Amino acid sequence: MSITQSSASLFTTATEEKEGAFNARYSLWIKEALDELPHSFTITDPFISGHPIVFASPGFLKMTGYSREEVIGRNGRAFQGPKTNRRSIMEIREAIREERSVQVSILNYRKSGSPFWMLFHMIPVFGNGDGRVIHFVAVQVPISGQKMRNGSGCSELVFGSCRREVCLGSYVHQERALPVECDEQELENWEHCEASESEKLKSAEAVGNVLSVLTRYSEFAGRLVCGKRSCLRVADCLSSSLVISLGRIKQSFVLTNPYLPDMPIVYASDAFLTLTGYKRHEVLGQNCRFLSGVDTDSSVLYEMKECILKGQPCTVQILNYSNRKDKSTFWNLLHISPVRNASGKTAYFVGVQMEASCKDIESKELRPETRQLSVVGAVRVAVRSSFMVTC
Amino acid sequence: MLKIKRVPTVVSNYQKDESADESVGCGRNCLGACCINGARLPLYACKKLDKSGAGEKPVAFLESLVLGEWEDRFQRGLFRYDVTACETKVIPGKYGFVAQLNEGRHLKKRPTEFRVDKVLQSFDGNKFNFTKVGQEELLFQFEAGEDGEVQFFPCMPLDAENSPSVVAINVSPIEYGHVLLIPRVLDCLPQRIDHKSLLLALHMAAEAANPYFRLGYNSLGAFATINHLHFQAYYLAMPFPLEKAPSKKMVTTASGVKISELLSYPVRSLLFEGGSSMQDLSDTVSDACVCLQNNNIPFNILIADCGRQIFLMPQCYAEKQALGEVSPEVLETQVNPAVWEISGHMVLKRKEDYEGASEENAWRLLAEASLSEERFKEVNALIFEAIGCSYQEEELEGTVVEQDNPSGSVNQKSNRTHGGPITNGTASECLVLQ
Repeated sequence: MSITQSSASLFTTATEEKEGAFNARYSLWIKEALDELPHSFTITDPFISGHPIVFASPGFLKMTGYSREEVIGRNGRAFQGPKTNRRSIMEIREAIREERSVQVSILNYRKSGSPFWMLFHMIPVFGNGDGRVIHFVAVQVPISGQKMRNGSGCSELVFGSCRREVCLGSYVHQERALPVECDEQELENWEHCEASESEKLKSAEAVGNVLSVLTRYSEFAGRLVCGKRSCLRVADCLSSSLVISLGRIKQSFVLTNPYLPDMPIVYASDAFLTLTGYKRHEVLGQNCRFLSGVDTDSSVLYEMKECILKGQPCTVQILNYSNRKDKSTFWNLLHISPVRNASGKTAYFVGVQMEASCKDIESKELRPETRQLSVVGAVRVAVRSSFMVTC
Repeated sequence: MLKIKRVPTVVSNYQKDESADESVGCGRNCLGACCINGARLPLYACKKLDKSGAGEKPVAFLESLVLGEWEDRFQRGLFRYDVTACETKVIPGKYGFVAQLNEGRHLKKRPTEFRVDKVLQSFDGNKFNFTKVGQEELLFQFEAGEDGEVQFFPCMPLDAENSPSVVAINVSPIEYGHVLLIPRVLDCLPQRIDHKSLLLALHMAAEAANPYFRLGYNSLGAFATINHLHFQAYYLAMPFPLEKAPSKKMVTTASGVKISELLSYPVRSLLFEGGSSMQDLSDTVSDACVCLQNNNIPFNILIADCGRQIFLMPQCYAEKQALGEVSPEVLETQVNPAVWEISGHMVLKRKEDYEGASEENAWRLLAEASLSEERFKEVNALIFEAIGCSYQEEELEGTVVEQDNPSGSVNQKSNRTHGGPITNGTASECLVLQ
């Protein structure tokens, strides 16, 4: 297999994985149903590290010029560029963090590099059973720019030099009489591009249509989703924004909840799953003791338990049993610490695993101890802030 | 000379009552000549690239370094209190001011007198400064690197000849990860902005690659606590109200830096962004700061959005306070409007203030620090002149043109209407005055 071929298949596997996670939530033929919608939209999954796109409509692919494989797995940031307004970026980021909807005009870039303005309308989709955000649906409606708002605040028709391609490609909306030709350079320099009322209605309609399809197909699957949160989030379910923050941390770690019976794992990083060889659904809700085995030193386990009871950090070296293919054991340099939330009280314990064989210090790397502690620090920041979400 | 009594904050465990300071014999493992030989710290040399990437989501190396070292000191008990045990909340309202109940932050000892009516004051080696911190409070050295790549050296000797810049902990943290960036610590620079130092601060913001890690600066007279050049930074994973305020563009400089004024925010501020390079942005802001310093106008700076946005807030709270013009209710809270407070992060020491915190109260407090509309315009005129910009402001009665005044006098306001064409304020390019 040539290099290009093998990397393509690698791509496909990653794409399939992400799409697989999406499909699992809904009944069969969900993708086909979504594919039939004419709108440009994407669906993202905050519970996958990096908050990637897991579905992109044909309309989106056409608008941006990318293929499906190039889009699935990427974060929405990938379509922004140097001239994208920082305030708009912040508004979207905050809407995600606060798990609410947002509608904002923003400059994006196609695969060709050419910029275009669009109205970005995003909504959270909630799981009915557990009240948490399952996905974000984002609809993109290209803006014609007939109403260009600059400092003077008045609307004026834009007639630029007729050099470049038509701004909107094939997306000229029916009701507009003439396509606007404008200089791409100009486009990038616009402070803002106000969407018309009809464009806003169009985005709302598209959002509604996508949500309908998702609701219908989740119903068939027996796990209803909807656009509104129907119940308070269950205690052992982390908010999507906390999960997104934790997803930035690439090391192996878990969060456990000391207030639930038997102190179960409520979050496990991808690296933890790789290290231990378990699947996420196998570890969530379980106490960490499944990693211990026959030869694990019970006095070490006792030491850990004491520290947890006292609410103190500790580091221990413990023999763990993996579920990897070779079912090997490994020495785990485990660091545990209580983590407080915005109320100032302990909310979770974090456990950061480090395989003892990885203790070789590379000259240009952080010391392993520092790296381990940095995970604790990143978790502290994430947990403290995630509980401060505005109402 | 105006003086006010303030309760200072302790930023280092080695900050003692100044009058009792002894110069003989150390044993404190500080940065003075007595202890510096053999001092070693990790060194992080960042790349010279101008534009940082699109904000890589995974935790960046510098962030891991800051967090890891900070957590290490945290677990070693070097901080005066556990800041994560301090209750904090977002105040309901449009802007989302952040309030924290922190009873331990302020010193419970007699206040030190500090001259607050002069923005430029010479370094005084007898007063507490950062060469007196213990080396365990230092986390790493930080440099603007020469090559394209980031370089990290886990154990680099501190070489006085190289004029190292360091990052230290703030032992009275406002939030987790609260650090101090001290440019060229051994050079003992007083608290004033210079081009090189501001650029270093921008580099740090860019390298951290996290929009929730901002750097702040307080000038003397704007509640700087120590007259030794330093910036502060910490992590707060939510937007500051200042960052959410709408802005209106005023001008774009010849080097592409866009300057806007904030609208509907209690403290009148300028926002600098863009520029064809980080250096352009940094230099423009530095020029503005030098102008303010030379005109004895206290100010604060917030570096946000990974170094892409710089807020400049001139203020007058200390002067008002000394003249007895601040309302008693606001004074009672004992909140000094420094950069974090102005950005919208209020640390409150009394429970009743925390329980009763409202957007209205916060607004009222911050409004006291703001320059008046008129004064702000005057100050802007000075700044634009210093930057080499001409700003034509549209007014209902006609165009007011800020004239290039050779004497640089503060009080002159030109009300003459100019006979030239009315330019759209947002589209005008700046004239570079020779």
